[in-house]
Amino acid sequence: MRRLINQRPGRGGSALLSLLPFILVVCAYLFYSHARLLQNPGDKLLPSPTTIAATVHRYAFEEDERSGDVLWWTDTWASLERLLTALAISAIIGLSLGLAIGVIPYLRAAIAPFVAAVSLIPPLAILPILFIVAGLGELAKVMLIIIGVAPVIVRDLAMRAGELPNEQIIKAQTLGASTWQLVVRVVLPQLWPRLLDALRLCLGSAWLFLIAAEAIASTEGLGYRIFLVRRYLAMDLILPYVAWITLLAFSMDWLLKTLRTKAFPWAASN
Amino acid sequence: MTQVAVKHLWKEYGNQVVLENVNLQVNDHEFVTIVGASGCGKTTFLRMLLGVETPSRGQFLIDGEPLPSEPGPDRGIVFQRYSLFPHLTVLENLLLGLELRAAPTLGRLFGARRRRALDKAQPLLEAIGLQSAADKFPAQLSGGMQQRLSIAQSVICEPKILLLDEPFGALDPGITADMHTLILKLWNTHKMTVFMVTHDLKESFELGTRLLVFDKVRVDPQSPEAYGATITFNIPLKGHRSA
Repeated sequence: MRRLINQRPGRGGSALLSLLPFILVVCAYLFYSHARLLQNPGDKLLPSPTTIAATVHRYAFEEDERSGDVLWWTDTWASLERLLTALAISAIIGLSLGLAIGVIPYLRAAIAPFVAAVSLIPPLAILPILFIVAGLGELAKVMLIIIGVAPVIVRDLAMRAGELPNEQIIKAQTLGASTWQLVVRVVLPQLWPRLLDALRLCLGSAWLFLIAAEAIASTEGLGYRIFLVRRYLAMDLILPYVAWITLLAFSMDWLLKTLRTKAFPWAASN
Repeated sequence: MTQVAVKHLWKEYGNQVVLENVNLQVNDHEFVTIVGASGCGKTTFLRMLLGVETPSRGQFLIDGEPLPSEPGPDRGIVFQRYSLFPHLTVLENLLLGLELRAAPTLGRLFGARRRRALDKAQPLLEAIGLQSAADKFPAQLSGGMQQRLSIAQSVICEPKILLLDEPFGALDPGITADMHTLILKLWNTHKMTVFMVTHDLKESFELGTRLLVFDKVRVDPQSPEAYGATITFNIPLKGHRSA
């Protein structure tokens, strides 16, 4: 008998094992939902699959009576637009400040401590300030995500830029590189895959800030809807919305991962 | 013509004297090999010549001009490791020096100018035997191939001085012999002055036209850092000057 650490599942076995926890959770849900509904057919806590399917159909394929929108998709677009805008702006801030801090000592001395301090402000604590200053519109919600995410990306990229072997930086200078050329041909190209990694790691907190902001002040969005229907204990909508948000986040993570492998084959081994 | 002169050079870190009173005169197209015990300051000497460290006293003169205080295209360098750019293919690594020189804003060449650069790179690519690996990334190359590329990458810029910091230290003995042939060939074709730090005494005698030995002449057992190393032997060799 080989040691446990040396026994590996095959391809099919791996796939099956990875599905197992999901199947278990679904089975447990079906079991308890059925048990509760048997006792009280009006139970709202663990709605049956049929109820959930009906609700999803109503929200995703039928127009809302009051607004005429198909709420599932208006919510999704509203949230994605906020999230992607904020992530794009954070990426630009992260790259430019990260490069500045990582490459130029004078800028590092001037900016790095400030960024470190800002990154420690709990973003939710200044959400009221954002609402007061920027109003209740889109700006405040996007700003919240940027404030939460950008400093982390800046610090990560600055660190990565600083980690490039000194030999490379010296070699580039002996090949005649100016500071600018060093940035565009040596440092920046090596930071792209790191940026994608940083974005992947930030996805979780970006969604957190998005939903927090939407819960407090919004008129549409995935987070807004969940907190709205909470008042009616509408688990038949909250559960599929949570699953949908998870699926969206998972797809974004997968897209970023795939983009990294496809676009930067040289960074594959890292 | 490239003459390198070193005059009354001292290097100290606080109380610790690393190099003391180094004097040297090197003529054009010499191949200087530098040996010495670990920590005797031979790498420090090379790093000062490179421009990443500054002498405490004294100076380097290249053709009578003081050495600039930062690395530049007149002095090429090959380190033991890490001097290739992992995100560029072999060909792109080789072209980089030409592109940086010709395109100040983008650092890239296109069209006819790129083709001219390619024409210039081609013979070098063949000389280092990497034509078939032109589109590979450095991580896919063996250690010997990486060092050949690193040397060619510096040589393509036609530096007046080529600095080698134990370039073959991490390679197999069999490959080292090929590397010696290559470096001598490039040295003869491009008429550079070469400074090479090495651990290998045999190598230093085989390659060099001048051998420098760095060592301490005085040692104070109570405070070993009080005296630094200097050039104890400066031996002209026959060398491989075939050209």
